[in-house]
This record gives sequence, C-alpha cells and structure tokens, in this order.
Amino acid sequence: MNDSLIQYTLHLADNSLILGQRNGEWCGHGPVLEQDIAITNISLDLIGQARNFYQYAARLINENATKVSPTGGDLERATEDTLAYLRKEREFKNLLLVEQPNGDWGQSILRQFFFSQFQYLLFEQLQNSKDEQIAAIAEKSLKEITYHLRWSSEWVIRLGDGTEESHKRMVKAVDELWRYTGEMFEGASYELRAASDGVGANLSTLEASWVDKVKDIFNEASLPIPEKVFMQTGGKEGRHTEHLGYILTELQYMQRAYPNSEW
Amino acid sequence: MTIRTIDKKTIYAYLGEINDPEVPVLSIIDLGIVRDVKMNGDELEVIITPTYTGCPAMDLITTTIKIQLATLGFKKVKVTQVLSPAWTTDWMSEEGKRKLREYGIAPPNPKQQVCDQQLFAAAEAVQCPHCNSYHTHRISEFGSTACKALYQCDDCKEPFDYFKCH
Repeated sequence: MNDSLIQYTLHLADNSLILGQRNGEWCGHGPVLEQDIAITNISLDLIGQARNFYQYAARLINENATKVSPTGGDLERATEDTLAYLRKEREFKNLLLVEQPNGDWGQSILRQFFFSQFQYLLFEQLQNSKDEQIAAIAEKSLKEITYHLRWSSEWVIRLGDGTEESHKRMVKAVDELWRYTGEMFEGASYELRAASDGVGANLSTLEASWVDKVKDIFNEASLPIPEKVFMQTGGKEGRHTEHLGYILTELQYMQRAYPNSEW
Repeated sequence: MTIRTIDKKTIYAYLGEINDPEVPVLSIIDLGIVRDVKMNGDELEVIITPTYTGCPAMDLITTTIKIQLATLGFKKVKVTQVLSPAWTTDWMSEEGKRKLREYGIAPPNPKQQVCDQQLFAAAEAVQCPHCNSYHTHRISEFGSTACKALYQCDDCKEPFDYFKCH
C-alpha cells in the first residue's frame, strides 16, 4: 500500500465532485427544461463517480491509518462524507478546469466537453488498471461518460457552428478555458507513481488522442484551436484558483455549521 | 420455517418482493441488480450492482434488503455492492419489460442502438407503450431519472418515458 494510490483516488474523486457541484448550479436555470435536466443528470453521474472513489479512498486511508491516535482518543475514521465535506481547499486535488465558473451556457458546455473527452480517454485506460477497484469504477462510469461526451460534443458543434452570436460566445469560452487544459496532461508526483505502478494512466499518450479528438470537433464547430497559450497548473497539488474556496463554502456549509448532521 | 430449511430459491423469492423505489413496478430481481446470494449458516451476503453510478435508490435498496431478510430470521445480512461487470439493460427480465410497458414506460429495446459515440445519430425507434405506435420521437435523451429518456408519440400525442439502453 502506498500513499500515492490514496492521493490518486482522491484526485479522481475531487474532479468528479467539483464538476458535479458546478453543473448542479444550473438546476432550475438551464436554457430549456430538457437541457436543464440533461446537465443535472450529468451532475448526478459525476457525484456518483465521486462517491465510489471517496468510498474507496476512505477504505484505503482507514486500512493505512495507525492503530492508536497520537492523542490517545478515538481515531476519526475517514468516510466518503468526511473526505468531501471536511477537507480544506489546499487538500483538494481537482483540476483547475472543473472549478471554473459556469459563465454562460456555452462556457459550461465547453468545460464539460473538455473534461468528458479527457475522462473518456482516461477511464478507457483505467479499465485495465492493476488496481481492481479503480478498474471497476472506470468500467462502470465509462458507459455514462459516453453519454456526457456525445451530448457535450453535439452542443459544441451546434453552438460553434450556429448563429453569429453563439459562435462569438464559443470563441470567448475557448479563450477563457483553453489555458486550463494543459494541466490534465502534466502528471503530479502521485500520478506518475500510480502510472509506473500500473494503477494510473499514462498521461503522455492521452494528450495526443485528446488533442486529435478536440480538433475534430472544433473543425466541425468552425472553432479555432488556440496556439501557444501559457497553461495554468497547480490544482492537482492543491494550489487552486480563487473559485474553489467559494464552491467549498457552499458545498461544505451544512457539515461545518451542524457537524454530523444527517438527512 | 427455520433457517436450515431455507434455500436460495426462497431467498430470491423474498428479494423479488422488493421493488425499485423509483420505478415501483419493477422488483430488484426484474431489474437484474441482484448478482448473487451467498449463505453461510445464519449469515447471508447479497451481492448487488447499481444500475447507474449516481443512482440514489441504491442506499434505500440496501436497507430494504436487510429488513426483508431479517423477517426470514437472518440476523447477519451483508449487502455488498460490486461495480464490475457493469450493469446493462440486457439483464432486465422479460417479465420486467412487460411490467414496465403496462406501467406506461417503454422498455429498453432488445438491441442496443445508441450507446456509442456517434454524433447526431437518428433517435431510436421506440414503441409507444400507450397505443403501440412506432411513430414516436425523442424529446430529450435525459429524463426524469438517470435511466430514462423522454419521448412523445406522434399518433396518440402522449409523452412517455423510455427506459434507455445502457
């Protein structure tokens, strides 16, 4: 057992939780009812993925924990809830991309497309992970990600190749979000370790396929691929944009204000 | 009935009385989410698999299984969730499909048609559960729950849910 597996599992969980929370902000605000339902359905899938990863991470943490707490009291056991609700901003390892604000519909769609395309390729590899539980979660999630990817790809094309206004907004969304895409392929130390253990994915092979797929969709959407943009990184190591703190304030409020409260 | 005389078939029959909380005409056996039952004296392990990753019904189903089997005398019931192999609508029983149709939800088509990456594909031909017409169209591929898509019949004009292929 090594710490990098825990870190890696938390990273995968945090990505899904934070994007699930962001998409959930659209609930009741979608441009039309059917698409409101679509994006919140995607939220539910993502939060389900997060639960699976957090449950697994909690198991690993508890198995790994020392038997006696340093203060002699009862050891706090990790659960999916403590991991989602009680960790601090710096402890979250999600990509900067998923914490970016929703912006307009186009920006939320583009964020979903970038992430789903990445997740699709990532989980394709993780299905064959040496870690059985990671492999099982990836296999299960992949069917749903196929829906997310198809839905968001269609919307990128529809908006990019739509009206003058929708095209203009998509170009702006690309301009806003492209700088956060490089981070997906820059391995954090725990990712490199997980990859060399045969547990994690090989990020360098993912990058080429991701760029190819995005080029295909952008081509159809008549959107230009930006060139030589400085890439923002740090989320995987806990260095976030200012937006994550606000998300956690809302997401964790109930457990912070009323510890251990239950439905 | 004592625990000694209870066989697997009886347990499956009891589990067949537990309905899915979101689609209450389907039992968890009809849905195909019970993968195995392991007996060891008065200890029992029920292995289930979720339909969708985020399905909120799973926690309730787990509790209901424990309560239901406690009435049979099993004091230690463990419900284990497994994710692999991933659940598919192919595991839904024919009986389950019939019950769905009667309830007004179109059952999943026998052949998986749209679980791929192809963009802007034509919507699946789905039969209206009310008037049996195939003259229907898809309104949204995401519906009231994760497992359903929304359709409308062009003949009887009724909207209906389609339990989409997965």
